[in-house]
Amino acid sequence: MNDALVIAGKTYASRLLVGTGKYKDFDETRAAMDASGCEIVTVAIRRTNIGQDANEPNLLDVLPPDRFTILPNTAGCYTADDAVRTLRLARELLDGHPLCKLEVLGDPDTLFPNMPETLKAAETLVKDGFDVMVYCSDDPIQARMLEDIGCAAVMPLASLIGSGMGILNPWNLKLIIEQSKVPVIVDAGVGTASDAAIAMELGCDGVLMNTAIAKAQNPILMASAMKKGVEAGREAFLAGRMPRKTYAATPSSPTGGLIGG
Amino acid sequence: MISVHINGQLETLNAPLSVADLLQSKGLAGKRLAVERNGQIVPRGVHADTALADGDTLEIVVAVGGG
Repeated sequence: MNDALVIAGKTYASRLLVGTGKYKDFDETRAAMDASGCEIVTVAIRRTNIGQDANEPNLLDVLPPDRFTILPNTAGCYTADDAVRTLRLARELLDGHPLCKLEVLGDPDTLFPNMPETLKAAETLVKDGFDVMVYCSDDPIQARMLEDIGCAAVMPLASLIGSGMGILNPWNLKLIIEQSKVPVIVDAGVGTASDAAIAMELGCDGVLMNTAIAKAQNPILMASAMKKGVEAGREAFLAGRMPRKTYAATPSSPTGGLIGG
Repeated sequence: MISVHINGQLETLNAPLSVADLLQSKGLAGKRLAVERNGQIVPRGVHADTALADGDTLEIVVAVGGG
Protein backbone atom coordinates (compact mmCIF):
# COMPACT_ATOMS: atom_id res chain seq x y z
CA MET A 1 0.00 0.00 0.00
CA ASN A 2 1.40 3.36 -0.99
CA ASP A 3 0.65 5.56 1.97
CA ALA A 4 3.51 7.99 2.10
CA LEU A 5 3.77 11.05 4.29
CA VAL A 6 4.64 14.10 2.21
CA ILE A 7 6.18 17.12 3.93
CA ALA A 8 7.31 20.11 1.88
CA GLY A 9 7.34 17.98 -1.26
CA LYS A 10 9.46 15.17 0.18
CA THR A 11 8.08 11.68 0.72
CA TYR A 12 8.56 9.62 3.87
CA ALA A 13 7.55 6.00 4.48
CA SER A 14 7.60 6.38 8.27
CA ARG A 15 5.05 8.50 10.11
CA LEU A 16 7.05 8.47 13.32
CA LEU A 17 9.42 11.38 13.94
CA VAL A 18 11.83 11.02 16.83
CA GLY A 19 13.78 13.44 18.99
CA THR A 20 17.39 12.73 19.89
CA GLY A 21 17.52 14.21 23.41
CA LYS A 22 17.87 12.49 26.79
CA TYR A 23 19.50 9.24 25.63
CA LYS A 24 22.26 7.61 27.66
CA ASP A 25 24.81 7.95 24.86
CA PHE A 26 25.09 8.17 21.09
CA ASP A 27 25.01 4.37 20.72
CA GLU A 28 21.63 4.24 22.42
CA THR A 29 20.45 7.22 20.37
CA ARG A 30 21.29 5.50 17.10
CA ALA A 31 19.89 2.12 18.20
CA ALA A 32 16.59 3.76 19.21
CA MET A 33 16.34 5.66 15.92
CA ASP A 34 16.93 2.44 14.00
CA ALA A 35 14.39 0.48 16.06
CA SER A 36 11.79 3.22 15.55
CA GLY A 37 12.17 3.08 11.77
CA CYS A 38 12.04 6.88 11.73
CA GLU A 39 13.41 8.88 8.84
CA ILE A 40 13.13 12.33 10.40
CA VAL A 41 15.06 13.07 13.59
CA THR A 42 15.02 16.30 15.54
CA VAL A 43 18.21 17.84 16.86
CA ALA A 44 18.93 20.89 19.00
CA ILE A 45 21.38 23.66 18.10
CA ARG A 46 23.71 24.68 20.90
CA ARG A 47 26.98 26.52 21.50
CA THR A 48 29.94 24.24 20.97
CA ASN A 49 32.27 23.56 23.90
CA ILE A 50 35.31 25.68 23.23
CA GLY A 51 38.62 24.46 24.51
CA GLN A 52 37.27 21.07 25.53
CA ASP A 53 37.94 17.77 23.81
CA ALA A 54 37.96 18.68 20.15
CA ASN A 55 37.68 15.03 19.20
CA GLU A 56 34.42 14.36 21.01
CA PRO A 57 31.95 12.62 18.69
CA ASN A 58 29.42 14.71 16.82
CA LEU A 59 25.73 13.78 16.73
CA LEU A 60 25.69 14.19 12.96
CA ASP A 61 28.38 11.51 12.64
CA VAL A 62 26.05 9.14 14.50
CA LEU A 63 22.99 10.25 12.51
CA PRO A 64 24.39 11.05 9.08
CA PRO A 65 22.26 13.52 7.11
CA ASP A 66 22.42 11.27 4.03
CA ARG A 67 20.59 8.57 6.00
CA PHE A 68 18.25 10.66 8.20
CA THR A 69 16.38 13.87 7.49
CA ILE A 70 17.70 16.18 10.17
CA LEU A 71 15.05 18.45 11.66
CA PRO A 72 16.79 21.21 13.63
CA ASN A 73 14.53 22.61 16.29
CA THR A 74 14.40 25.71 18.42
CA ALA A 75 13.54 24.03 21.71
CA GLY A 76 14.61 26.30 24.53
CA CYS A 77 13.92 29.53 22.63
CA TYR A 78 11.51 31.94 24.27
CA THR A 79 11.42 34.68 21.63
CA ALA A 80 10.79 34.80 17.89
CA ASP A 81 14.18 36.47 17.37
CA ASP A 82 16.12 33.71 19.13
CA ALA A 83 14.20 31.03 17.23
CA VAL A 84 14.89 32.68 13.87
CA ARG A 85 18.60 33.16 14.65
CA THR A 86 18.88 29.54 15.78
CA LEU A 87 17.33 28.21 12.60
CA ARG A 88 19.49 30.40 10.38
CA LEU A 89 22.51 28.90 12.13
CA ALA A 90 20.99 25.44 11.65
CA ARG A 91 20.52 26.04 7.94
CA GLU A 92 24.17 27.02 7.62
CA LEU A 93 25.18 23.98 9.68
CA LEU A 94 23.12 21.65 7.47
CA ASP A 95 24.35 23.00 4.14
CA GLY A 96 21.26 25.03 3.38
CA HIS A 97 18.54 22.49 4.00
CA PRO A 98 15.35 24.43 4.69
CA LEU A 99 13.25 21.97 6.75
CA CYS A 100 13.03 23.00 10.38
CA LYS A 101 10.98 22.65 13.54
CA LEU A 102 9.88 25.91 15.10
CA GLU A 103 9.14 25.81 18.80
CA VAL A 104 8.87 28.99 20.86
CA LEU A 105 8.21 28.31 24.51
CA GLY A 106 6.25 30.53 26.84
CA ASP A 107 6.86 29.05 30.26
CA PRO A 108 9.79 27.12 31.74
CA ASP A 109 7.59 25.00 34.02
CA THR A 110 4.97 23.78 31.56
CA LEU A 111 6.93 24.34 28.29
CA PHE A 112 3.64 25.56 26.85
CA PRO A 113 4.21 27.32 23.51
CA ASN A 114 4.12 31.11 23.22
CA MET A 115 1.79 31.39 20.24
CA PRO A 116 2.19 35.12 19.43
CA GLU A 117 5.97 34.68 19.24
CA THR A 118 5.53 31.42 17.30
CA LEU A 119 3.34 33.15 14.70
CA LYS A 120 5.84 36.02 14.41
CA ALA A 121 8.78 33.64 13.91
CA ALA A 122 6.83 31.49 11.44
CA GLU A 123 6.12 34.52 9.29
CA THR A 124 9.79 35.55 9.18
CA LEU A 125 11.01 32.01 8.50
CA VAL A 126 8.53 31.28 5.71
CA LYS A 127 9.50 34.57 4.02
CA ASP A 128 13.14 33.55 4.38
CA GLY A 129 12.54 30.29 2.50
CA PHE A 130 12.31 27.81 5.37
CA ASP A 131 9.95 24.82 5.34
CA VAL A 132 8.54 25.28 8.81
CA MET A 133 7.07 22.45 10.86
CA VAL A 134 5.58 24.26 13.79
CA TYR A 135 4.92 23.14 17.35
CA CYS A 136 1.72 24.76 18.57
CA SER A 137 -1.09 24.63 21.06
CA ASP A 138 -4.12 22.54 20.08
CA ASP A 139 -6.11 25.65 19.19
CA PRO A 140 -7.61 25.21 15.71
CA ILE A 141 -7.68 28.95 15.05
CA GLN A 142 -3.96 29.39 15.67
CA ALA A 143 -3.23 26.21 13.72
CA ARG A 144 -5.11 27.71 10.79
CA MET A 145 -3.17 30.97 11.11
CA LEU A 146 0.08 29.01 10.94
CA GLU A 147 -1.10 27.14 7.87
CA ASP A 148 -2.17 30.43 6.25
CA ILE A 149 1.31 31.87 6.91
CA GLY A 150 2.66 28.97 4.85
CA CYS A 151 3.96 26.46 7.38
CA ALA A 152 4.77 23.02 5.94
CA ALA A 153 3.17 21.13 8.84
CA VAL A 154 1.30 22.03 12.01
CA MET A 155 2.29 20.11 15.12
CA PRO A 156 -0.15 20.54 17.99
CA LEU A 157 0.63 19.18 21.42
CA ALA A 158 -1.37 16.19 22.68
CA SER A 159 -0.37 17.12 26.23
CA LEU A 160 2.58 19.01 27.69
CA ILE A 161 6.14 18.31 26.50
CA GLY A 162 7.71 15.48 28.44
CA SER A 163 4.54 14.79 30.44
CA GLY A 164 3.62 11.44 28.90
CA MET A 165 -0.02 12.26 29.63
CA GLY A 166 -1.22 11.10 26.22
CA ILE A 167 -4.01 12.53 24.06
CA LEU A 168 -5.89 14.89 26.37
CA ASN A 169 -8.10 16.67 23.87
CA PRO A 170 -8.90 14.44 20.89
CA TRP A 171 -11.75 16.75 19.88
CA ASN A 172 -9.49 19.76 19.31
CA LEU A 173 -7.00 17.58 17.44
CA LYS A 174 -9.84 16.32 15.25
CA LEU A 175 -10.91 19.89 14.43
CA ILE A 176 -7.33 20.71 13.41
CA ILE A 177 -7.05 17.53 11.33
CA GLU A 178 -10.33 18.20 9.55
CA GLN A 179 -9.48 21.77 8.59
CA SER A 180 -5.80 21.38 7.66
CA LYS A 181 -4.44 20.89 4.18
CA VAL A 182 -0.87 20.51 5.44
CA PRO A 183 0.20 17.48 7.50
CA VAL A 184 -0.87 17.49 11.14
CA ILE A 185 1.68 15.87 13.42
CA VAL A 186 1.07 15.36 17.11
CA ASP A 187 4.15 16.72 18.84
CA ALA A 188 4.52 16.26 22.60
CA GLY A 189 2.67 14.38 25.26
CA VAL A 190 2.70 10.83 23.93
CA GLY A 191 3.62 8.42 26.73
CA THR A 192 3.29 4.96 25.33
CA ALA A 193 2.45 3.07 22.15
CA SER A 194 -1.32 3.20 22.60
CA ASP A 195 -1.14 7.02 22.77
CA ALA A 196 0.62 7.04 19.41
CA ALA A 197 -2.00 4.68 18.00
CA ILE A 198 -4.83 6.90 19.29
CA ALA A 199 -3.26 9.96 17.65
CA MET A 200 -3.01 8.12 14.35
CA GLU A 201 -6.55 6.71 14.62
CA LEU A 202 -7.80 10.28 14.95
CA GLY A 203 -6.31 10.92 11.52
CA CYS A 204 -3.05 12.63 12.39
CA ASP A 205 -0.46 12.37 9.64
CA GLY A 206 2.33 11.53 12.04
CA VAL A 207 3.59 11.62 15.60
CA LEU A 208 6.75 13.27 16.92
CA MET A 209 8.13 12.14 20.26
CA ASN A 210 11.29 12.10 22.31
CA THR A 211 10.84 11.49 26.04
CA ALA A 212 8.40 8.60 25.61
CA ILE A 213 11.20 6.62 23.97
CA ALA A 214 14.28 8.04 25.68
CA LYS A 215 12.89 7.74 29.20
CA ALA A 216 11.29 4.32 28.82
CA GLN A 217 12.95 1.61 30.93
CA ASN A 218 14.09 0.06 27.66
CA PRO A 219 14.26 2.85 25.07
CA ILE A 220 15.10 0.59 22.14
CA LEU A 221 12.18 -1.75 22.79
CA MET A 222 9.87 1.26 23.25
CA ALA A 223 11.11 2.68 19.94
CA SER A 224 10.02 -0.55 18.28
CA ALA A 225 6.67 -0.42 20.12
CA MET A 226 6.12 3.15 18.93
CA LYS A 227 6.81 2.13 15.34
CA LYS A 228 4.10 -0.50 15.63
CA GLY A 229 1.72 1.82 17.49
CA VAL A 230 1.97 4.44 14.75
CA GLU A 231 1.57 1.84 12.01
CA ALA A 232 -1.38 0.14 13.74
CA GLY A 233 -3.12 3.46 14.34
CA ARG A 234 -2.60 4.53 10.75
CA GLU A 235 -3.96 1.28 9.35
CA ALA A 236 -6.95 1.44 11.69
CA PHE A 237 -7.65 5.00 10.55
CA LEU A 238 -7.46 4.01 6.89
CA ALA A 239 -9.53 0.87 7.47
CA GLY A 240 -12.30 2.88 9.13
CA ARG A 241 -13.50 1.60 12.45
CA MET A 242 -16.87 -0.07 13.03
CA PRO A 243 -19.63 2.17 14.34
CA ARG A 244 -19.92 2.39 18.12
CA LYS A 245 -23.11 0.93 19.66
CA THR A 246 -24.16 0.88 23.27
CA TYR A 247 -25.09 -2.81 22.87
CA ALA A 248 -24.47 -5.39 20.15
CA ALA A 249 -27.69 -6.21 18.31
CA THR A 250 -26.03 -8.87 16.17
CA PRO A 251 -23.69 -11.52 17.55
CA SER A 252 -20.63 -12.43 15.49
CA SER A 253 -21.66 -16.08 15.18
CA PRO A 254 -24.69 -17.38 13.17
CA THR A 255 -27.92 -17.33 15.17
CA GLY A 256 -29.23 -20.54 13.48
CA GLY A 257 -27.87 -24.09 13.49
CA LEU A 258 -27.35 -24.35 17.21
CA ILE A 259 -27.30 -27.90 18.55
CA GLY A 260 -29.86 -29.24 21.01
CA GLY A 261 -32.74 -27.20 19.57
CA MET B 1 44.90 42.80 20.29
CA ILE B 2 41.13 42.57 19.98
CA SER B 3 38.44 41.60 22.45
CA VAL B 4 35.78 39.25 21.13
CA HIS B 5 32.81 37.59 22.80
CA ILE B 6 32.81 33.91 21.80
CA ASN B 7 29.80 31.92 22.96
CA GLY B 8 29.29 34.34 25.80
CA GLN B 9 32.94 34.43 26.95
CA LEU B 10 35.11 37.49 26.45
CA GLU B 11 38.48 36.60 24.92
CA THR B 12 41.47 38.72 24.02
CA LEU B 13 43.04 37.63 20.76
CA ASN B 14 45.92 38.62 18.51
CA ALA B 15 44.81 40.46 15.37
CA PRO B 16 44.58 40.15 12.45
CA LEU B 17 42.46 37.04 12.84
CA SER B 18 39.89 35.54 10.48
CA VAL B 19 37.00 33.29 11.47
CA ALA B 20 38.92 30.40 9.88
CA ASP B 21 42.04 31.25 11.96
CA LEU B 22 39.98 31.31 15.13
CA LEU B 23 38.38 27.92 14.39
CA GLN B 24 41.83 26.52 13.63
CA SER B 25 43.26 27.81 16.91
CA LYS B 26 40.35 26.29 18.87
CA GLY B 27 40.73 22.88 17.23
CA LEU B 28 37.40 23.33 15.46
CA ALA B 29 38.58 23.47 11.84
CA GLY B 30 36.69 21.07 9.61
CA LYS B 31 34.00 20.36 12.25
CA ARG B 32 30.30 20.44 11.48
CA LEU B 33 29.47 23.82 12.96
CA ALA B 34 27.97 27.16 12.09
CA VAL B 35 29.17 30.65 12.94
CA GLU B 36 27.21 33.82 13.56
CA ARG B 37 29.05 37.14 13.81
CA ASN B 38 27.21 40.14 15.27
CA GLY B 39 23.86 38.52 14.50
CA GLN B 40 24.70 37.57 10.90
CA ILE B 41 25.57 34.12 9.59
CA VAL B 42 29.14 33.77 8.35
CA PRO B 43 28.85 31.18 5.55
CA ARG B 44 31.52 28.47 5.56
CA GLY B 45 32.82 29.69 2.20
CA VAL B 46 33.87 33.06 3.62
CA HIS B 47 35.37 31.98 6.99
CA ALA B 48 38.87 32.63 5.67
CA ASP B 49 37.96 36.07 4.31
CA THR B 50 36.06 37.31 7.36
CA ALA B 51 38.35 39.26 9.67
CA LEU B 52 37.34 39.64 13.29
CA ALA B 53 37.14 43.12 14.72
CA ASP B 54 37.41 44.45 18.24
CA GLY B 55 34.05 44.11 20.03
CA ASP B 56 32.68 41.35 17.79
CA THR B 57 30.21 38.86 19.19
CA LEU B 58 30.47 35.33 17.83
CA GLU B 59 28.24 32.33 18.26
CA ILE B 60 29.66 28.95 17.24
CA VAL B 61 27.07 26.18 17.32
CA VAL B 62 26.75 22.46 16.64
CA ALA B 63 23.90 19.97 16.50
CA VAL B 64 23.24 18.14 19.77
CA GLY B 65 20.61 15.71 20.96
CA GLY B 66 17.23 17.35 21.43
CA GLY B 67 13.50 17.01 20.95
